[in-house]
Amino acid sequence: MTTTALPHPTRRLTPAPPPGDLLDTPKFPKSVKRYLGNSQLRANLRHATGTIRAKRARVTAELSNWEQLRQAGEAIKNRTARHLDVYLEQLEANLIANGAQVHWASTAAEANRIVVDLVKAKGVSEVVKVKSMVTQEIELNEALEAAGVAAWETDLAELIVQLGHDRPSHILVPAIHRNRSEVREIFLQEMKLYGRAAPKDLSDNPPDLAGAARAHLREKFMRAKVGISGANFMVADSGTLVVVESEGNGRMCLTLPETLISVVGIEKTVPTLEDLEVFLQLLPRSSTGERMNPYTSMWTGVTPGDGPQEVHVVLVDNGRTKVLADPIGRQALRCIRCSACMNICPVYERVGGHAYGSVYPGPIGAILTPQLRGTASAIDQSLPYASSLCGACADVCPVRIPIPELLVHMRHRVVEERKRKHPGLERTIMKVGGWIMGRGSRFGAVEKLAGKARGILRKDKLGPMPWPASPWTNARDLPLPPAQSFRDWWKSGQADNPFVSSQPAEEARP
Amino acid sequence: MSKSDILARIRNSLIDVTQDDPVLDVPVDWQYGQATAVAEPIELFIERVIDYKATVVRAASEKDVPRLVAEGLAQAQATSLVVPAGVDPAWVAQAAQAGVELVQDDPPLSHQRLNEISAVITASVVGMAETGTIALDHRGDQGRRELSLVPDMHVCVIRTDQIVTDVPQAMARLAPSLRQHQPVTWISGPSATSDIELSRVEGVHGPRTLHVIVVG
Repeated sequence: MTTTALPHPTRRLTPAPPPGDLLDTPKFPKSVKRYLGNSQLRANLRHATGTIRAKRARVTAELSNWEQLRQAGEAIKNRTARHLDVYLEQLEANLIANGAQVHWASTAAEANRIVVDLVKAKGVSEVVKVKSMVTQEIELNEALEAAGVAAWETDLAELIVQLGHDRPSHILVPAIHRNRSEVREIFLQEMKLYGRAAPKDLSDNPPDLAGAARAHLREKFMRAKVGISGANFMVADSGTLVVVESEGNGRMCLTLPETLISVVGIEKTVPTLEDLEVFLQLLPRSSTGERMNPYTSMWTGVTPGDGPQEVHVVLVDNGRTKVLADPIGRQALRCIRCSACMNICPVYERVGGHAYGSVYPGPIGAILTPQLRGTASAIDQSLPYASSLCGACADVCPVRIPIPELLVHMRHRVVEERKRKHPGLERTIMKVGGWIMGRGSRFGAVEKLAGKARGILRKDKLGPMPWPASPWTNARDLPLPPAQSFRDWWKSGQADNPFVSSQPAEEARP
Repeated sequence: MSKSDILARIRNSLIDVTQDDPVLDVPVDWQYGQATAVAEPIELFIERVIDYKATVVRAASEKDVPRLVAEGLAQAQATSLVVPAGVDPAWVAQAAQAGVELVQDDPPLSHQRLNEISAVITASVVGMAETGTIALDHRGDQGRRELSLVPDMHVCVIRTDQIVTDVPQAMARLAPSLRQHQPVTWISGPSATSDIELSRVEGVHGPRTLHVIVVG
């Protein structure tokens, strides 16, 4: 990755994120190396994912109908996706009837342009933001920065990430890779540059750190004229948007500003208000492992005399309609962004979110990102392989996305595309393999030859080998074939066939 | 235009869908609005609200509310209280006698003014026992959304007949409000975060003290 320092003609309004583009992340096996060696990161992640896993397991076990809820969630989301055009038009009509203005964006660039224009029209130089995955995905903050508008993240973890010149590494707890003393350092150094300073004697106690964030952000909430949010759900039959949160920063951004702009992926639609009873049980228990998150806000366009009197909703495609075209792949669009899959994933727990080179890390990211972005880059081609296919993610998914099945499906797509572009080594190996295995005499001869390797090398397994074997052998030991092949052993007559035991089975038991 | 482009792409992507009726195309095997079997919903509600580190006091009847309001405010050393227009004036009479300044939201209070007030009192519309959640629909006795957000203490009065067992029953009660375009806020304990090492901290941006008075 090249990190050319760009000259800044004007000072930035908000802390700069790390240089480079997520899409330039090297392929996954290469990118993990950087993180596996960071023992602090691994300790932070082990502690955090372990805690949240235990909480989730406890509160999901409390509900006797949990499995029925998951099935209902799956069915409602399937129903929505399979008739998305109908529901989106219904949603738009209801939003407009309730005083909201609806905008449609095909791409990230178009969504950013719409938001920037709306913000500029208000003549403001800053906005407050509720944590939102889709605005991360379209990199809205940087688009606003380029237009001379400061976007302040108000979720505690997003604030830690923003002030830390960092990127989120988790969709629910974006600063999961940071521990309390790192957070304290960031607050002490950075808060004073962008607003109210942290107290000089700030401790690393989480309540004190949360208190510093409260004081730092309060003045920003009080003066903000424009708020920007996402939404967890959009209800087609009423035009209601729903934001689920914990800290109250969401309520602040949704209520205090005069103008509210909600940027939402089109797949966030649900058909009816009643459907919320399913998702508002599934989501909090799966994500934070609570019976209910502290605050849930529901609003329907403009409420006269209460909250923002100018309400915009930007409906974002940015690759989602492409995902929808694949009947297997489209199951990933059921995702409600709970993060249970990454919390339970043995790969995520060890490497963290940054290795995935996407705002959506972990198992869901490995199937969603290459579908949204396509598989042109090295990282996107490798993401479907960022898994041992253990299946724990599918077991915890509240909308029953068969993640391992989708990983295999995406691997297939990557291989097919590669084959189309350059029918290279893999195909040659398969052809040679097919020729050898096509006749018993050829196979026997190769077995004999391979058996000799053990004697020559005086080893019973192979460690890392040079390319082209390196992708396999760098991560695994390759056992050498035994000195005598099965065929030879069988022919030799020494076979003491275990299936035809001379002793009666009963007597063989201890 | 992007709207027609997006809708056209969706329709092209869904050529495998041949049934036009979404309900027939994908059946949803779920009974909406069902009550959960909870033996003592009011006791469970109180237990679960306390679990979130809120304080809960019980009023035998509406007559006890003024005393419990005054005591709760005194305990939190609150000196001023926002009273939405629809709140029963009797609820706050004793607190006023004890010297708490009562503030009306008429004309609407500015953000800054609201930020200087110690507490707010609201009624509520529904309580959910299984999750310990209180819902507001921001009508007259609850006030606009900002009132129950900016002050650092929220005194919330809920009647036992407003407490249902679970989320589905609550949604059934709230749907009419939402269909009349009322905003709705669900509150489960005081503001909280688990963003630092997943350790839960009560009190970030929303009210750090939630004081619930259960009447009946």
